Amino acid sequence: MSDFDEPHDPFLTRRRILQGMAALPLVGLPSFGFGAPPPTAKVNTTNLAVTDTEVTVGQLHSATGTMAISETGSIQAEQLAIDQINAMGGVLGRKIKVIKEDGASDWPTFAEKARKLLVSDHVAAVFGCWTSASRKAVLPVFEKENGMLYYPTFYEGLEQSKNVIYTGQEATQQIIWGLDWAKKEKKAKTFFLVGSDYIWPRTSMKIARKHIENFQKGSIVGEEYYPLGHTNFNSLINKIKLKKPDCVYCAVVGGSNVAFYKQLKAAGINAKKQFLLTISVTEDEVLGIGGENVEGFYSSMKYFQSLNNPNNIAFVKAFKAKYGANAVIGDVTQAAYLGPWLWKATVEKAGSFDVDKIAAASAGIELKTAPEGYVKIHPNHHLWSKARIGLAQPNGQFKVVAESPALIEPNPFPKGYQ
Amino acid sequence: MTPTTWFKRHGLASWLVLACLLLVVFPLLFDNFRLNLVGKYLSYGFVAIGLVMLWGYGGVLSLGQGVFFGLGGYCMAMFLKLEASDPITTKIQSTPGIPDFMDWNQLTALPAWWVPFEYLPFALLAVVLVPAILAFVIGYAMFKRRVGGVYFAIITQAVTLILTVLIIGQQGYTGGVNGITDLKTLNGWDIRTDSAKVILYFVNAGLLLAAILVCGWIQRSKLGTLLLAMRDKEDRVRFSGYDVSMFKVFVFCLSAMLAGIGGALFTLQVGFMSPSLVGIVPSIEMVIFAAVGGRMSLIGAVYGALLVNAGKTYFSESFPELWLYLMAALFIGVVLAFPNGLAGLYETYVKPRIGKRKSTVAAAPVDAPAQHPAPTTLDALPPGLTVKNAERGQGELA
Repeated sequence: MSDFDEPHDPFLTRRRILQGMAALPLVGLPSFGFGAPPPTAKVNTTNLAVTDTEVTVGQLHSATGTMAISETGSIQAEQLAIDQINAMGGVLGRKIKVIKEDGASDWPTFAEKARKLLVSDHVAAVFGCWTSASRKAVLPVFEKENGMLYYPTFYEGLEQSKNVIYTGQEATQQIIWGLDWAKKEKKAKTFFLVGSDYIWPRTSMKIARKHIENFQKGSIVGEEYYPLGHTNFNSLINKIKLKKPDCVYCAVVGGSNVAFYKQLKAAGINAKKQFLLTISVTEDEVLGIGGENVEGFYSSMKYFQSLNNPNNIAFVKAFKAKYGANAVIGDVTQAAYLGPWLWKATVEKAGSFDVDKIAAASAGIELKTAPEGYVKIHPNHHLWSKARIGLAQPNGQFKVVAESPALIEPNPFPKGYQ
Repeated sequence: MTPTTWFKRHGLASWLVLACLLLVVFPLLFDNFRLNLVGKYLSYGFVAIGLVMLWGYGGVLSLGQGVFFGLGGYCMAMFLKLEASDPITTKIQSTPGIPDFMDWNQLTALPAWWVPFEYLPFALLAVVLVPAILAFVIGYAMFKRRVGGVYFAIITQAVTLILTVLIIGQQGYTGGVNGITDLKTLNGWDIRTDSAKVILYFVNAGLLLAAILVCGWIQRSKLGTLLLAMRDKEDRVRFSGYDVSMFKVFVFCLSAMLAGIGGALFTLQVGFMSPSLVGIVPSIEMVIFAAVGGRMSLIGAVYGALLVNAGKTYFSESFPELWLYLMAALFIGVVLAFPNGLAGLYETYVKPRIGKRKSTVAAAPVDAPAQHPAPTTLDALPPGLTVKNAERGQGELA
């Protein structure tokens, strides 16, 4: 993996700094201008790891174990954002120092490391977690020790915490607009729901079912769940062939995806014959599945690497300069990149690193430089964001074919969908 | 019997060292956060001493101790979750008063089998009895049919997998992959505070030390001798008229109960329970604790659990990218270089020196048999068993 050696090249490092500086006009000058940074005693009244020159944050993902493949993108994106912020002078005049901890795909370890970061290291904020299980494991720790977590993954909703900013979509943001698009553009009336068997697909499909049956007056012709890591989808494929749904709606995650799409293709179910919309395949997953196996299928996300706007072009360029030309950026990776920027904007608005002040100042924080476009933090600590439909290309990228006209309001406890 | 030999015979010296370490040195040495971590490691210590009894003494290798650890933990977590789910804090749900994950899975009433877990005494009994009953059923079915060795180990792995799939699949009743999280109070006592964590640590350490004494007592009894004899020459014991399978069932149930207690203490100290603690990988890790510590030594197993878990924490904090390799190197190294674990290391290198120094001072050889409790009960053994057979277990572990 010689690509990963590139950042050590002094020329490239300099280029990165230049890129960071190029991003400067986009975010506006720091609010305190060129004056001296505010005194530490003023910006840190809660014994956080903040000095006159430095602020320490934590990063808590799985660098090892089964989730490492998924979480690596988030680790990289957060590091990139932090490097860029540091190149611009840091936050309130203080450089960001990162303490990396490995959750090792193991939920008790996540809880242990979260406690370590908050209790022993007194970090000002933590960027991390990926699976719902890991978030659920650390949530009581963050609430008890009053920490701040920036959580990047799209997830099932049904949660809201003072101590968490959810930078990914909650379920309704990802599902409802996409289903409406499927009805309008693809005339889909009958749906077959497929998912991995855990809380996120189950909750997502519950919302999808309510929306299809109650609001779209369509029908569900099948609903199937398979254990995580399941690789034999023959019986499912037979059922799909038998029921001939207008739309196969998928939330199959992780390694199962590879088997699922290969077997679909082998059984002759391809994009020409079957409309398939997934809420669980991003550019990251396509790397494993192979572009030729998903070609022509649709994915419902808020971000695709191919988005054509100046923010995203700069982001993709900086990401590839740091992590190699073959690096791909999926929906969650972009959401992870937002975390440090949103935190920076919030700290500067609050004029303080204190968690209580950040939690209070978060509502209304907007980011015009987000690669996905404009985002804003809702009082419920989720992001207002758009929904998009991507058409899978054989090269592993998605072509954006539709986009919600307005930002969609996050609604983690949707009425009428319970 | 002089007090000194009594002292030596019962291994009390090393027990006292451990007690001193756990009850005095660690609390003085570590801050609250580290002490809580040690508490977590010690909850694995229960599983490790259970494995010493089952594997080291009984000769039965179980690769499914995570099942019993998990069951104990879940029984505790169910009680705590019900207490945390009172109608006022859960009023945002469609059905207030039931655990949040049930509400997410469209359950509208508490399942009947959850109801008894509202009562602490029931939950505490269940922590011990549920693992014991399951172990009895599995053990009875297997050992009566004389299934043993590798086959038994494989079956315990299968049970582990079945329970994991069951928990994940029935998420409306069990919390699924996420497990049972967000536990707050035990009979109104907030288990998340620093003081609660310290108290729980001492409860854990105290129970563990007591469990070691009980297991030590079993080892020294006729039962312990029989277990050893059975491990080495099962047929001879059977032909002498003993019901071998029931002894195995007993020791299997004992290890399950210990694992259950460990699981419950884990839940109390960590604040949640999830299927990731039940699976095949944690079950095998638990065997490694015993192997590193020395599978014939109760005290050694506790050190093994402490060392492996402390290693995990230390390596993963210091070398986030490399730590799994370092852990693997530790395991391979220990198994290759010291097949008898830490306890074996102590027996081979440290103890002879201590003995030598003493013998030069006292000018009298330390009587070897006195170090081993087995011979004292030999007169109660059936004639088919020789001293040699019963004693072999003490030295040879292969």
